[in-house]
Amino acid sequence: MEIIDFSNAIEMVTCTDSGRVRAHNEDSVLVNPQFGLAVLADGMGGYNAGEVASGMATTVLGSELLTAFKNRSPHEVNANGQTWVREVLIDVVGRTNAAIHTAAQTHSKFTGMGTTLVMVQFFDNRIAVAHVGDSRLYRLRDNTLKRLTRDHSLLQEQIDSGMITPEQARYSMNKNLVTRGLGVEMTVDTEVNEYEALPGDIYLLCSDGLNDMVEDDEIAATMSALSSNLPMCATQLVQKANDNGGRDNVSVILARIKEPFPALNASGGWKGHLRSWFK
Amino acid sequence: MAKLILSMDNLVLKEISLDKERTTIGRKAHNDIQIDNLAISGEHAVIVTILNDSFLEDLNSTNGTFVNGQRAQKHFLQNNDVIELGKYRLKYVKEAAQPGSQTDFEKTMVLRSDMMRKAVEQADGKLAEAAPAMMAPVNLAPPIHAAPPPPVAPAAVHVSAAPPQAPPVAATPEPEPAPSPAPTLAVPPAEAADVVLGAIQVLTGSNAGRTLDLVKSLTTLGKPSVQVAVLTRRPHSYFLTHVEGAKFPLVNGTAIGTQAHELKSHDIIELAGVKMEFFIKA
Repeated sequence: MEIIDFSNAIEMVTCTDSGRVRAHNEDSVLVNPQFGLAVLADGMGGYNAGEVASGMATTVLGSELLTAFKNRSPHEVNANGQTWVREVLIDVVGRTNAAIHTAAQTHSKFTGMGTTLVMVQFFDNRIAVAHVGDSRLYRLRDNTLKRLTRDHSLLQEQIDSGMITPEQARYSMNKNLVTRGLGVEMTVDTEVNEYEALPGDIYLLCSDGLNDMVEDDEIAATMSALSSNLPMCATQLVQKANDNGGRDNVSVILARIKEPFPALNASGGWKGHLRSWFK
Repeated sequence: MAKLILSMDNLVLKEISLDKERTTIGRKAHNDIQIDNLAISGEHAVIVTILNDSFLEDLNSTNGTFVNGQRAQKHFLQNNDVIELGKYRLKYVKEAAQPGSQTDFEKTMVLRSDMMRKAVEQADGKLAEAAPAMMAPVNLAPPIHAAPPPPVAPAAVHVSAAPPQAPPVAATPEPEPAPSPAPTLAVPPAEAADVVLGAIQVLTGSNAGRTLDLVKSLTTLGKPSVQVAVLTRRPHSYFLTHVEGAKFPLVNGTAIGTQAHELKSHDIIELAGVKMEFFIKA
């Protein structure tokens, strides 16, 4: 089948910085605008093992996904009612997890390494987001910022159970504890969700170095004000995190939908596509 | 580690470290903190400590538990909170971590499922129930997956799988001393005394004479899809940056190009046919 080139429909930019406290940047980002893919990982563990884990995550995912949609389109639905993209993301993230876990077990230097993950695959006027840990996906639509992922963290569990309020959470000392990570165990529980994408939407993938340092209101204001200049918007967000202290590595990926990107064979393969022409 | 300082009539009686998952307070002898006074209920209150955070809960005591003068049922304890039970006061003191260990500890770590189960059980509301007969104290050591600190200087580690791909894009500021290990607030450090406040005064066009204080961290100027620039407020100064449009804004008659341009007081900005003056107010 034909592979759609998304680069005309979606603009993507990245910005990553080690911040003002850390010597290493353990975050990794990868975008493939032709393929409609954005991946962000925040590594953790031993001195540069965190970089290794997050680097493995983005590289392995980036290459494995390229082949996954060669024979079947992401939007096709399986017998069990699930989209193919969902099945692929769970499978590929699972294999990436195993690869990182194996590396961590095999090399003593990498013992205990792991990484968070947030990734978006654009397809058929929709997005599929897969995430593990506390890296986030936000969406700006009509100047309103909405968080589309729920952190897999102790703090989020405490908020959900009503132990503490989101307001109190800002003062918690337990911000840094995630409950899921890639490479930590042999298997991983990947959360996948799908959302409709509209022209004008701006998606923000970020590591906790951004949302711990910059309030959501401020993120929203920055994205709204600079929506016409995505590279500057990304730089500005990172700069804001650093101006507020830059206590952690900070990475952002911004993706703006410029025009609709329907699947080519949405109406039943190329024949259906032709038929729709002549109607 | 956090501790409680027990006092009555400003007389310090005792210091108690919160090194257990549950620290019970009450009149009866089996409590961790026993206060033998009739105003105190048999099982009066409990403090649940999960890693670095402590939560106080009143166990339906007769005379109540107060925090900083307010009656509290459940309370997320903050440094220097004062808990009052009858005439007794318990001050909650959370010592800041060692400066050296702080950065390491703040790093993201994975909470293993065995630790998680404990935390979730508590979160599920078990803390309201009477203490189970013998609950193993939670190990307060950082989770297992925090890798041990490197023993030696980093000898380059070669990984064929993945070169970390992260070319820095943002202007990396020159290294500065790490900020104090004070609270991890998402809130920006509040206005320091030396923070400057700038303003612009419009000099030409229909809005001539109007002044705008630049309070927000970002102020956009110009006309969308014609020419837009943004004024960013940073800790010690303001910057003007081109956002969109075929022409760049002028500062004192010179185009600023694509880079952020630091403004000085009384600079003249020209944008979308309008002149304005930037100045520092305070």
